[in-house]
Amino acid sequence: MSGVRVLVGTRKGAFVLRADGKREKWDVSGPHFPGWEIYHLKGSPANPDRLYASQSSGWFGQLIQRSDDGGVTWEPVGNEFRYHGTPGTHQWYDGTPHPWEFARVWHLESSLDDPDTVYAGVEDAGLFRSTDGGWNWEELPGLREHRSGPSWQPGAGGMCLHTIILDPAKPGRMFAAISAAGAFRSDDAGQTWQPVNHGLHSEGIPDPGAEVGHCVHRIAMHPSRPSVLFMQKHWDVMRSDDAGESWREVSGDLPTDFGFPIEVHAHEPETVYVVPITSDSHHFPPEGKLRVYRSRTGGDEWEPLTTGLPQEHCYVNVLRDAMAVDSLDDCGIYFGTTGGQVYVSADAGDSWDPVVRDLPAVLSVEVQTLQ
Amino acid sequence: MSGPGDAAVVRVVLPAHLRTLARVDGVVELGVAGQVTQCSVLDALETRYPVLRGTIRDHGSGKRRAFVRFFACQQDLSHEPPDAPLPEAVATGAEPYLIVGAMAGG
Repeated sequence: MSGVRVLVGTRKGAFVLRADGKREKWDVSGPHFPGWEIYHLKGSPANPDRLYASQSSGWFGQLIQRSDDGGVTWEPVGNEFRYHGTPGTHQWYDGTPHPWEFARVWHLESSLDDPDTVYAGVEDAGLFRSTDGGWNWEELPGLREHRSGPSWQPGAGGMCLHTIILDPAKPGRMFAAISAAGAFRSDDAGQTWQPVNHGLHSEGIPDPGAEVGHCVHRIAMHPSRPSVLFMQKHWDVMRSDDAGESWREVSGDLPTDFGFPIEVHAHEPETVYVVPITSDSHHFPPEGKLRVYRSRTGGDEWEPLTTGLPQEHCYVNVLRDAMAVDSLDDCGIYFGTTGGQVYVSADAGDSWDPVVRDLPAVLSVEVQTLQ
Repeated sequence: MSGPGDAAVVRVVLPAHLRTLARVDGVVELGVAGQVTQCSVLDALETRYPVLRGTIRDHGSGKRRAFVRFFACQQDLSHEPPDAPLPEAVATGAEPYLIVGAMAGG
């Protein structure tokens, strides 16, 4: 029987939530790695029992954990992330040069066809790859060594590479996004990269055509149309129909175009989800009402989804990696909040239920659809 | 005093998170060959428990992580040279070498 496995990373450990295809009754396991920050967990599409988790702490640094049984047991694997060569400098908040320093792994992305190959997006922004199941990590330096690298600056959360998307149709094509440098594309499996930020406009950047310096929060793609990308930027929800060559704003009638996550319906490539958040320093939902917004038109026209979500006194945030969709016939949507709730909708967003209410602050949510 | 060729038994106390990670309970007893220094103790610790590599000292540079401290015999040894001999009481196992997660974080 089909079902789902939801992988939740929090400020104080990882949780694994399991349900059958109805997504009504949930088995909750965890915390795994209690007390550690789990920025992200990811399962392998080629072997769903192979999971990777990014475990870190300000005291004891970075670890990578691996499971080969769907998250029941875990094994620490390699944790050495050494930049290629002499890493040089990027810009610090005050505009002075600052050495590249590894802080943590923000995002893990498994190869689409090899369980032992996994990519890691790190802070300070860099892209690493392991081809031996996480034991050894090697940087793909072409991104960090892009000529614009010395001008990259950190966002408020650090200079993180938070989004990695692998194109299922064009082997070798991949996208990455960095806060606050922007979006980048590689067409040669990560060896070389080009910024793909034309059309992005960021308040505070003097040059309206700036190649980099954009605070991209998240990018999403539907696997059936890999040249169409949706982006939640610091401000603005954006869309590209040419694999990032150009972008246009599709914020439309959203109550605020600030937010962090963005996702695409598993079976409807024009159906997109965002969670508007009051910009810029509040970082909680407008009017204290937690609303997911759905567009069935690929942007511009949005509808609030509120059934089952708190519509008063709600002041949580939903972080960039904390939303996911399953691929069951009735597409399920999931998101987690900084208040420790994980919500599920088994009907594409029409109604929502909490799976758990009182976890530590949720950093990431991923879902695996199991057959 | 231990000398070349001898293996001192040094007792090391790990912070709770690292005990969990290394899957050990209580005090770790390590045989340390040669001069007993912070560096040789940590080398022996990481050889016994490779999972601890990078959690106490940075990979590559070998520098103590910022929020990890080293104590022994009521002394803060965190800023001592890594190759300086540890107190005799540590080298003989009479006193433990303490690895502590700093009281930081607000």
